[in-house]
Amino acid sequence: MIGRFDWTGVIEFLPEILKGLYYTLLISIVGLVIGFALGAVFGLGRVSKNKFAYAISTVYIEIIRGTPVLVQAIWIFYALPLIIHYTLDSVVAGIIVIAVNSGAYIAEIVRGAVDSIAKGQMEAGRSLGLNQRQTMQHIIWPQALKRMIPPLGNQFIISIKDTSLLSVILVPELIFQGRLIAANHFNAVEIYTTVAIFYLAITLTLSLILRFVERRLNVQ
Amino acid sequence: MIHVENLCKKFGDLEVLKGINCHIHPQEVVCVIGPSGSGKSTFLRCLNMLETMTSGEIVIDGDHLSDPKTDINAVRTEVGMVFQQFNLFPHKSVVENVMLAPKLVRKLDKGEARKRALALLEKVGISEKADSYPEQLSGGQQQRVAIARSLAMEPKMMLFDEPTSALDPELVGEVLEVMKQLAHEGMTMVVVTHEMGFAREVGDRVLFMDGGIIEEEGDPEQIFKAPKSERTKAFLNKIL
Ligand SMILES: Nc1ncnc2c1ncn2[C@@H]1O[C@H](COP(=O)(O)OP(=O)(O)OP(=O)(O)O)[C@@H](O)[C@H]1O
Ligand SMILES: [Mg+2]
Repeated sequence: MIGRFDWTGVIEFLPEILKGLYYTLLISIVGLVIGFALGAVFGLGRVSKNKFAYAISTVYIEIIRGTPVLVQAIWIFYALPLIIHYTLDSVVAGIIVIAVNSGAYIAEIVRGAVDSIAKGQMEAGRSLGLNQRQTMQHIIWPQALKRMIPPLGNQFIISIKDTSLLSVILVPELIFQGRLIAANHFNAVEIYTTVAIFYLAITLTLSLILRFVERRLNVQ
Repeated sequence: MIHVENLCKKFGDLEVLKGINCHIHPQEVVCVIGPSGSGKSTFLRCLNMLETMTSGEIVIDGDHLSDPKTDINAVRTEVGMVFQQFNLFPHKSVVENVMLAPKLVRKLDKGEARKRALALLEKVGISEKADSYPEQLSGGQQQRVAIARSLAMEPKMMLFDEPTSALDPELVGEVLEVMKQLAHEGMTMVVVTHEMGFAREVGDRVLFMDGGIIEEEGDPEQIFKAPKSERTKAFLNKIL
């Protein structure tokens, strides 16, 4: 069975696959860093007493969570340029998709974590004379961050896997590169298996890192 | 020092405080007693604006709390608050709990804040736990740290909301001891408590609250021995 396939041939295409890996990682990392920033801002909007901040955050989260990533990607790459009269590079569009998409889910993670910190913590901070921002920054946020780590890890893994959908907007990431090679060299089994292994390697590495971080934070 | 005039507080349609009037003088220790739901906590929380009053006026050391121009954070630094559930910051060590507000609000440098914190921990008898975390402390120890944390801001008055109610009986004494010491040093204190012994020994005045008003007030001995109001009598009969 295995013998019928030319596994050594994979090595020949490794540079192209690695190029795909590069874009997958680039988009995941940059997208998630921005996504985390968005998530923090809109998550705090969701717990804010300011009605405007709350409304904007809610609308953003509902739109993103209510539409498929694939639709978001196609809309940002093909529709948005017609509105803003500016053509987006597919990698840039890919980063935007991952950032905006993960941002909405991370916002809900942030909201949940901040809500889970007992009301008494905010009151203790405020009654000492700390203002709202100082209490958030020094008391609520550090505790919430710790609680966010497991769900954030999940979201990172989901978003990394979502980057594979960006092949439809021509981002030269892993599966896009794989399809290109397989279409020209009729080695679908070898190439797609290799691609799958790369995804698995990324997500498993991330899981290990997260478990390490969690353990470090739990021993004080 | 604290003037409360016709203080009313509603939660939606629920009228919790129905016109509270009282004056608390410097260095006075006032104990507030009353049945559950009578509005004791709400009254205390209005005094440092953890709840915003619906109507009336509170004047703290010259600052009118109903005035939107009053800097509420500045007022709160003068009014320490100790909660039933301690509310220590679990992610910070004991000494960091005490140092935090002086560093952020009073802008003390780290060394100075630490020195002050250690002195206060010494005062509440817990300096050997300075580098422990709150979860490693007993309830009584946690509450003493919470008192030290409040004192670190050098407040002019302290509010206590049932500071010993969440404690095992054998730990109540150590917290009351610290509060007694504070009272002797001349701290102005408002204490919601069911510790009648404390109210008698340390209190200058007792307020009995019922149904959102101050039903009766007076000297502790008088309130406990010869209450005038029937409702005070009924309440004291139940708890004594
Ligand atoms: N945030 C709130 N929203 C709505 N109702 C509230 C709120 N806080 C308190 N109440 C209500 O106000 C009333 C008075 O509450 P409060 O906590 O002041 O009573 P208390 O005298 O401190 O009672 P306890 O001895 O049980 O602590 C209660 O009926 C309570 O349910
Ligand atoms: Mg209460």
